[in-house]
Amino acid sequence: MTGTPEQPPPRVRVTAPRSDSRRRPQLLVQEIDEQTELGAVYVRSLLWAQLRLAVGILVAMGLMIGSLPLLFTVAPELLNRTVLGMPLTWGLLGFLVYPLLLLLGWVYVRRAERNERSFSDLVDR
Amino acid sequence: MSHAGGIAAVVVVSILTLGIGIWGLRVSRTTSDFFVASRTVRPALNASAIGGEYLSAASFLGVAGLILTFGADMLWYPVGWTAGYLVLLVLVAAPLRRSGAYTLPDFAEARLGSRRVRALTSVLVVAIGWLYLIPQFQGAGFTLRLATGIDAPLGGLVVAVVVLASVLSGGMRSVTFVQAFQYWLKLTALLVPLIFLLWVWMGDGSPSPANPAFDVASQSGSWADPLSGHGTDSAGHPLYSTYSIIIATFLGTMGLPHVVVRFYTNPDGRAARRTTLVVLGLLGLFYVLPPVYGALGRIYAGDLIADGRSDAVVLELPSRMIGGTLGELLSALLIAGAFAAFLSTSSGLTVAVAGVVSQDIVERWLPGVAAFRLAAVVAVVFPYVLAVAAQDVGVATAVGLAFAVSASTFCPLLVLGIWWSRLTDAGAYAGLLVGGFLSGIAVVRTFFSDGGTSWFLTFLAQPAAWTVPLAFLTMIGVSLLTPQRRAPHVSTFMIRLHTPEGVPLHRG
Repeated sequence: MTGTPEQPPPRVRVTAPRSDSRRRPQLLVQEIDEQTELGAVYVRSLLWAQLRLAVGILVAMGLMIGSLPLLFTVAPELLNRTVLGMPLTWGLLGFLVYPLLLLLGWVYVRRAERNERSFSDLVDR
Repeated sequence: MSHAGGIAAVVVVSILTLGIGIWGLRVSRTTSDFFVASRTVRPALNASAIGGEYLSAASFLGVAGLILTFGADMLWYPVGWTAGYLVLLVLVAAPLRRSGAYTLPDFAEARLGSRRVRALTSVLVVAIGWLYLIPQFQGAGFTLRLATGIDAPLGGLVVAVVVLASVLSGGMRSVTFVQAFQYWLKLTALLVPLIFLLWVWMGDGSPSPANPAFDVASQSGSWADPLSGHGTDSAGHPLYSTYSIIIATFLGTMGLPHVVVRFYTNPDGRAARRTTLVVLGLLGLFYVLPPVYGALGRIYAGDLIADGRSDAVVLELPSRMIGGTLGELLSALLIAGAFAAFLSTSSGLTVAVAGVVSQDIVERWLPGVAAFRLAAVVAVVFPYVLAVAAQDVGVATAVGLAFAVSASTFCPLLVLGIWWSRLTDAGAYAGLLVGGFLSGIAVVRTFFSDGGTSWFLTFLAQPAAWTVPLAFLTMIGVSLLTPQRRAPHVSTFMIRLHTPEGVPLHRG
C-alpha cells in the first residue's frame, strides 16, 4: 500500500503443489501404523460406518421378521387371511422370509464393500 | 417297507463319502490342509460345503416332525437357522476371517491375550460340539433301524465309523469336497420325492392340512395358527417361547464350532462375506421343503404323533402315499439324504472339536497330524457313548439347546470382541461363565425330565431370552469395572479385524 507502482507486479509462476497428492497417502498409512490421533480417526470412521450398516440391517430384519409374533398377538384377525390358498402366516414364515433374508444380505455385502473401497481409496491411493 | 432299498442307500452314500474323501486326500498333504484346507477354498464350493455341514438331522428330519406335532410356531426354527447366517454375515464374517485365528479359542486368545479365557472357550467349544453330536448319533440310530432293521446303537456306530474314516483320511480339505456333495444330495433327496407327493396330494383333491379333522384328540389350540400352543398339554407361554427360539437361533449360529471353523478356509474377509451370502441363498432354498413334509404328514401320517415317532414323518410319507416300487425308490432317496445329513454335520463337528482338543491338549505330546487324528477319535467316541446311554429328547430339541448355549456364550464374546475395544479378559471370562452356567442348567433340566407349563419350567425349556442378555450385561459390566485389564495391542487388533487386506497396514 506504500506508493503507487509504476510497473505491473512481476509475473509469478503458479503451480499446484505437485508432491502433496503423492506424499499424503503414504503419510496416512503411517499415521494409522503409528497410532496417531489422525490415524485413529480414520480407522474409527470405517469401524463406525460398518457398525451403522450392520445395525441398520439388523433393525430392518427385526422390524420385518422379528415383529411378526407381536403382530399376530395384537392383530389375530390377520391369521384368517389366506394367500395362494395358504394361511398368511405359513406364506410369510414358510416362503417369503427366505428371499427377504437373501435381499438384506445382498444389500449388506454391497454397502460393506463400498465402505471398504472408500477407506482404501482414502488411505492408500 | 422292505430293507433292500434302505441298505443300498446307506451303502452307496458311505462309499461315495469315503471315495470323495480318499480323492481329496491326494490333494491334502500338509497340516494346513488338514485344518483349514490351506485357505484356498472358493466361495461357491465353500458355500456348498457350509450348507452341507450345517443342514443336520434336525433340519432334514426334525423340522418336519416338529411342525407335524406342534404346528405353525415351529416354522421359526428353519427361519431362525437361516436368519442366523444373516446376523453372522453382518456382525462377524469378515472380521472373524481377518482375525487370522483358526478356532474360537484362538480368537479369544488373540483378542484378549489371556490363556484363561482361551481354556474356558475350549471347554465350551467341546461341550457345544458334543451336545450337537449326541442327537446326530441318536437320529442316525433311529433312521438306520427304520431303513435297514439293525439295532439303534449299531446304527449310530455305523455313522461314527464312517465319520471317523473320512475325517482321519483327509482332514478339512477332503471334508470340504464331501460336504459340498452332501448339500446337493440332501436338496435333491428332499425335492424329488416332494414333487411326487404333492402330485398324489392334488390327486386326492388337495385337502387342507389346517382342517381340525386331522387333530389328534388330546391336542389343544389350532395347528395352523401361531401362538396357539398346539400340541402341548395346555397353552403355556407361546409368545415367550417363540421369542426365545428367535433369540437362540438368530444369535446362536455364529458360535457353533463347525460353523466358525469354516470361515478360516476363505482366502480373505471379502470372500468370507460373499461365501456367507451364497450360504443364505442355499439355506433358503432347502428350508422351504421340510415344512411341506410336516404339513403333508398331518394329512397322511397323523398317527406318528401318538406313537412318539414324529421324526420319522419325512421317511414314512412315500411308502404311505405312493407305495410300490416308486415309493420304495423315493424312500431310499430320502434315507440317503438323511444319512448324508448325519455324516456331514457329524464330520464337521468332529473336525471342529478335534481341532480344539488337538491344539489345546494332545499337541503337547504328539506332532500335528497325529495329534489331530487322536483327537478326532476322542471327539467321536465320547458323544457316541453318551448317545447310547442318554434318553432320546428329540433331534430338534437337543440341537435347539446347543443353539441356546452358543448364543449365551460365544455370541457376546464374538460381537463385543469384534466391535467393542473396551472388552477385557476379566469381562469375557465372567460373561462366558454366567452364560454357560445358566444355559447349562437349562440343558441338564431338559435332558432329565419332561416339559411343563409353569413360567419357571418355560424359562428352563427356552433359556435364551434371559441367558443371552445376562451374559452380555455381565461381559459389559465387568469390562467397565476392569479398564486396567484391556489388552495392550487392542487398537492394532481392531485395525486387523476391520480394514481390507489390500491396504498395507501393520496388523500385529
